[in-house]
Amino acid sequence: MKETPLSNCERDFLLKAIEEKKRLDGRQTYDYRKIKITFGTDYGCCFVDLGQTRVMAQASCELVAPKDSRPNEGIMSFNLELSPMASPAFEQGRQSELSVKLNRQLERCLRNSKCIDTESLCVVSGEKVWKIRVDVHTLNNDGNLMDAASVAAISALCHFRRPDVGIQGEEVTVYGPEERDPIPLSIYHMPISVSFAFFQQGTYLLVDPCEREERVMDGLLMIAMNKHREICSIQSSGGIMLLKEQVMRCSKIASVKVSEITELINKALLNDKTARKAGGRCGFAESMPQERITALKTDQTSVEMTDVAETASSVFQTAEAPPQTAPSPLVPAPGVGQVGEGVRNTWGLEEEGEEEENEEGVSSGGDSVEEMTKMEEEQHKESKSRKADVVEILDSDEEEEEEEEEVVILYPETTGKAKNAGSSSGQKGAATSRKQRKK
Amino acid sequence: MKQKKKKILQGGRGRCGCVSSCRETRCSVRMFSVLKERVGQILLPGDEFCCGPQDTLPLTDSGKPERLVAGPGLRLSGDRLLVSRSGVLRHKEPNKFWIESQQRRYVPAKGETVIGVVTAKAGDVFKVDFGGSEPASLSYLAFDGATKRNRPNVQVGDLVFAQFIVANKDMEPELVCIDGSGRANGMGVFGAGGLLIKVSLGLVRRLLVPNSELRADLQQLFPCELVVGMNGRVWVRAGTVQQTLILANLLQSCDTMTAPQRQQLFRNVWTRLHGAGLTEDPKDQLVLCGGPEPMDFLVFV
Repeated sequence: MKETPLSNCERDFLLKAIEEKKRLDGRQTYDYRKIKITFGTDYGCCFVDLGQTRVMAQASCELVAPKDSRPNEGIMSFNLELSPMASPAFEQGRQSELSVKLNRQLERCLRNSKCIDTESLCVVSGEKVWKIRVDVHTLNNDGNLMDAASVAAISALCHFRRPDVGIQGEEVTVYGPEERDPIPLSIYHMPISVSFAFFQQGTYLLVDPCEREERVMDGLLMIAMNKHREICSIQSSGGIMLLKEQVMRCSKIASVKVSEITELINKALLNDKTARKAGGRCGFAESMPQERITALKTDQTSVEMTDVAETASSVFQTAEAPPQTAPSPLVPAPGVGQVGEGVRNTWGLEEEGEEEENEEGVSSGGDSVEEMTKMEEEQHKESKSRKADVVEILDSDEEEEEEEEEVVILYPETTGKAKNAGSSSGQKGAATSRKQRKK
Repeated sequence: MKQKKKKILQGGRGRCGCVSSCRETRCSVRMFSVLKERVGQILLPGDEFCCGPQDTLPLTDSGKPERLVAGPGLRLSGDRLLVSRSGVLRHKEPNKFWIESQQRRYVPAKGETVIGVVTAKAGDVFKVDFGGSEPASLSYLAFDGATKRNRPNVQVGDLVFAQFIVANKDMEPELVCIDGSGRANGMGVFGAGGLLIKVSLGLVRRLLVPNSELRADLQQLFPCELVVGMNGRVWVRAGTVQQTLILANLLQSCDTMTAPQRQQLFRNVWTRLHGAGLTEDPKDQLVLCGGPEPMDFLVFV
């Protein structure tokens, strides 16, 4: 599905506002939106909210054979998925340009910077190593997916615990979480990416662009840094030309932002750890705030509760006992099975007809069971007759009925009974059942 | 200095929903009074009002059955009135009932005026996106004073204010920028400036109602221009860029607020604007975060 097109009026207004240093939501040029980091109940599950942009990362591990070129190093793999949940412009399954670009950036930011000690992931050199996999899913796109994804990925890795492994000679034992506590990964540093959007050929710049700002920007500069002021990755897209001073200025801003965000991540990790230790409830469900639409709220209304107990007990008493369960099936004639006996219908119609039923003869060799189709409530049921030797009885569904009607069992020749499992509630409206007898 | 008065272009129906979803029924007096009791209460889909055979006829009521007009959210099925949306039941004299609900997705209906974005020019028509499932078509000739030689000045990416002449589930929707008599009547292409925002349909209806409280509150703040499309899009323009942004943020925030909450929010904004004094110095910026629950919003002065 295509995204809503951006009108000229919005584009002009946004550019004019940026020239006056105003942003749509009132932020300053170097301000980030509110970042919220929460962890799920599993280790390694992390949700990040950057304003309205929402992203989820999950880290997991498995034991695999290592690469031939590096027999004593673990493997890291990253995967970012643009889900159609995030925006109508993202299509399921298609690798769009944006998706390829974000995946590449995430890999460069986290793998090439060697933020995780891969040698500690080795179990048996040349045979078994841990493969750590981080999956990032975008849940809502309001601009700047890259930053949110990088924060989510590194937080998930910091939060993750892998199973403990014991080696005794040749034997390798992987302990489950009940046997031994899982151990965290060894992480050297936390690279975090900061995005800068440029407008009017590089004259104006904004940090953390929202979705509308991203649509009118000329180019994007992404700098991935850690809090020790080491640049892990730097990428410029959009084809704008930047001056050296601009890039230096951006890197200074990025270092400030990264230290703030790193502190936020550490605080979130600490909160989660204390909550788990104290045995308190943790996880995503707990972290969601209660949001209410108060415009359509009414005050509490009172419910009439008098005589509730008496009414309930009287209903129980007057209701009929449920029919008994069917006994095991019997075979009255070859080729025919019978389970239980049908309940006598309570329609009170056509008493004479019932006696006729018992004397039916059918000349067909076999029996057939037909399925019933549910009909419209307002229409009357009619019985259809097919070939001469088949007798059908259709029951009508009444409006408030819950049970499916059961169907007809036909018997060849000798006395048989056609059975209905009829409903027993009183019916208004026509319930017709006509039977045809074939001599 | 000429005061820029607020210009609000109204179209379609204010509150009681569209023609296509109104049905009349002859109903017993009892159902009418039962419905009337529930006005202002919240109803859920599946609630029903039966109009079956009367057990007792109150002596005080006049025996004449009244016609009942069921608006959006209410549906007739036989002699029962079913609720198909969750929301608050509203009533308009003498006999109109409907359900007011919070919804963001727009379904086109004939006669309603909407704000659309021109996405393409194809032959003799423009393709206009209004937020529905497919783009609507708007003919070149459906503008005031347009002839085959005199084409309207509309480019791709422009905003237009138009009304539906064809809008049903089987055909492609069609828009026109003239009314029945051939005059523009406020419709057509937008001029430059202003900002387009997206709000819920409930807020749009509250803005368009004849004596809208929301409009009255907005009038107190500062002069501005508003165009309200029934597809949930609102175009705003005020004196300066700042004021336009304030207005846009206010409208998006007061969507889910009750009247007292909204009035308190507007009072806060008013005191910030007029009490502190609007300074021209761009360095003097105040960021005010948070309004009454549940939405936060930012105002800067």
